[in-house]
Amino acid sequence: MAEPLLSVRGLRTHFETPEGTIRAVDDLDFDVFEGRTLGVVGESGCGKSVAARSVLGIVEKPGRVVGGRILLRTHAGDTLDLAALPQDSAAYRAIRGPEIALVFQEPMASFSQYYTIGNQITEAIRLHLRLSRSAARARAIELLDMVGVPQPSRRIDEYPFQLSGGLRQRVMIAMALACDPRILIADEPTTALDVTTQAQILDLLRELQAKRGLAIILITHDMGVIAEMAHDVAVMYLGRAVETGPVADIFAAPAHPYTRALLRSIPTVLAKPRTHLPTIAGSIPMPSARPAGCAFSPRCSEVLGDVCRQTEPPAIGEGARSVRCFLHGGAP
Amino acid sequence: MNADVILDVRGLRKFFPIRKGLLRRVVGNVRAVDRVSFFIRRGETLALVGESGCGKTTVSRCILRALTPTEGSVLFHHDGQTVDLAKLRRRALRPLRRHMQMVFQDPYASLNPRMVVGDIIGEPLLINGMRDRTERRARVQELMELVHLPASVMNRFPHAFSGGQRQRIGIARALALNPSLVVADEPVSALDVSVQAQILNLMLDLQDRLGLTYLFVAHDLSVVKHVSNRVAVMYVGRIVEVAETETLYASPLHPYTEALLSAAPAPVPGAVSSRIILEREIADPANPPPGCAFHPRCRYATARCREETPELAEIAPGRHVACLRAAELSLRGIGKAPAA
Ligand SMILES: Nc1ncnc2c1ncn2[C@@H]1O[C@H](COP(=O)(O)OP(=O)(O)OP(=O)(O)O)[C@@H](O)[C@H]1O
Ligand SMILES: Nc1ncnc2c1ncn2[C@@H]1O[C@H](COP(=O)(O)OP(=O)(O)OP(=O)(O)O)[C@@H](O)[C@H]1O
Ligand SMILES: [Mg+2]
Ligand SMILES: [Mg+2]
Repeated sequence: MAEPLLSVRGLRTHFETPEGTIRAVDDLDFDVFEGRTLGVVGESGCGKSVAARSVLGIVEKPGRVVGGRILLRTHAGDTLDLAALPQDSAAYRAIRGPEIALVFQEPMASFSQYYTIGNQITEAIRLHLRLSRSAARARAIELLDMVGVPQPSRRIDEYPFQLSGGLRQRVMIAMALACDPRILIADEPTTALDVTTQAQILDLLRELQAKRGLAIILITHDMGVIAEMAHDVAVMYLGRAVETGPVADIFAAPAHPYTRALLRSIPTVLAKPRTHLPTIAGSIPMPSARPAGCAFSPRCSEVLGDVCRQTEPPAIGEGARSVRCFLHGGAP
Repeated sequence: MNADVILDVRGLRKFFPIRKGLLRRVVGNVRAVDRVSFFIRRGETLALVGESGCGKTTVSRCILRALTPTEGSVLFHHDGQTVDLAKLRRRALRPLRRHMQMVFQDPYASLNPRMVVGDIIGEPLLINGMRDRTERRARVQELMELVHLPASVMNRFPHAFSGGQRQRIGIARALALNPSLVVADEPVSALDVSVQAQILNLMLDLQDRLGLTYLFVAHDLSVVKHVSNRVAVMYVGRIVEVAETETLYASPLHPYTEALLSAAPAPVPGAVSSRIILEREIADPANPPPGCAFHPRCRYATARCREETPELAEIAPGRHVACLRAAELSLRGIGKAPAA
């Protein structure tokens, strides 16, 4: 496979709170490739959004990237370690938009209610590209058209509240693409939408990827969306990737007991009516009370013994796959 | 209707007036629910599915009389008697309320943050006259056991619980008065997959143990497949199709059902190639299109569909559909078709 555009290694983002340190992202590794979609999946609180914010350099206080590397291959061809850049530096601002852009889960929260969508997209364009106001407006209309907003030259003068959820999400995507980034991070872009609208948006993302070779990081907790969209998958549990690999392998032969349990517990349209779902024992621990050893060991039905409870399993790799579990070796 | 029916909804309508101007004059109506009819058998789960805004919550609230229907009847069969919930006065409704309870979507918003769990679950008992503290406590303990909550957490406040635990509290509270009908409005939509599986299993178990009847409102077709006996599909205030769950998934009769099924993501990589993408947005219930409300998005629509409004009709035993072309279309479902 080609060189990754983005390579995250040993990333740690912690929140210092009065109740103690919350290790939201803790030793996270993943790679993102041109023209491919990395699906990041995991249950609520496992650190998906914090990981996305870390890459973009928009971690909120009291959070801070405290370790690891975020290696980005830029347009210009050099490799930058974003983890070493101050979040509010001019260098980081030059990354957000032209290199990496983000689509949020709740589009309503990421728009200003007081400006038309045209104002907001034009603003984003003019921040990075030296275009006149009218040229920026023309570019905005072009972008809206590209993401499938009907009658873009009329819609551009509307306010966010005038749009349906699906249209708002399209506009959000247009805004993210304003500066022609190479990496798009979509954090639960369809969670708030109906299945039919979700299908439209996922279709749009696939089309944009095919046309522009976009690398997409798609964050979701929906295994169905992962199966449909991702080329590669990273399964997260308590701040780290417990398993990564090509989508077909992850679904056909999940290696980590957590991945297996997660896959078994999803309801599917193929199920027999009125059947029980296999469940995962126990519940997700708080990230401030991370269990020793393998963090999944208290819930795991395949624990090998004290080794799992005392030692953190290293990532065992084979080709494009990697898993952190002593079932697959690596025991001291 | 046969004896095992517990709830029989006929021609239910709920319009919300749209007011404009200084005088707040009524300039139109949101036809949130427009002539909806269905029944639920005792002990079964009927799922009500459809896109956001199609009227699922409004139907639920009309049944429980949290809203007064504009028109139609809601016949509730109980203790050998039949009452029309749509027409009863508030005072006459009160003794019936205990037989019908609601479980809400948002386990965070639906519990009073200033009450401890024991009091939240015991509140309906108190309101219905169980004044004795020890008796109430014993019943609360029994209910907590039923939903697998340790009795030791009785004195904690809701904020100390996870989403799944809060949903258990909501279910225990709904079961306090031994209802026969439970209306659950998106009870697992806000939960993580692993927690969702636990709550769905719990609901199935409780149904078997207590003989409960569920109206299960959801937009997730995978969840619905797991819990329901029958499914009713809604589109812009109307029911477009009702059938046994397996039959509906395997061989839908309404083009909208077909599109919904094809849009549901299946956890199988590479399975989406045959998806039907519905163009445009769901119609506005304040201004529904003439004829069949689905026709602007329907790939099978003909000129007739733009003019004539199809009625829900039983075109085969147990199969109700509202489509002018139902008999001639052959639509695609999911999974294997049941033996004819
Ligand atoms: N500003 C903050 N202060 C303290 N803790 C935080 C903050 N933001 C996030 N966290 C914690 O970091 C952990 C990871 O949160 P994150 O939002 O990344 O989860 P997620 O995987 O995106 O979950 P979801 O699926 O619910 O969106 C959580 O335990 C969360 O409580
Ligand atoms: N109190 C109200 N006043 C005016 N319109 C209302 C009111 N309640 C609901 N509506 C409208 O009625 C229609 C049906 O709403 P309802 O909440 O029943 O939909 P739903 O199917 O439950 O949607 P969701 O899946 O988003 O919960 C919507 O167009 C909604 O805007
Ligand atoms: Mg998140
Ligand atoms: Mg609703």
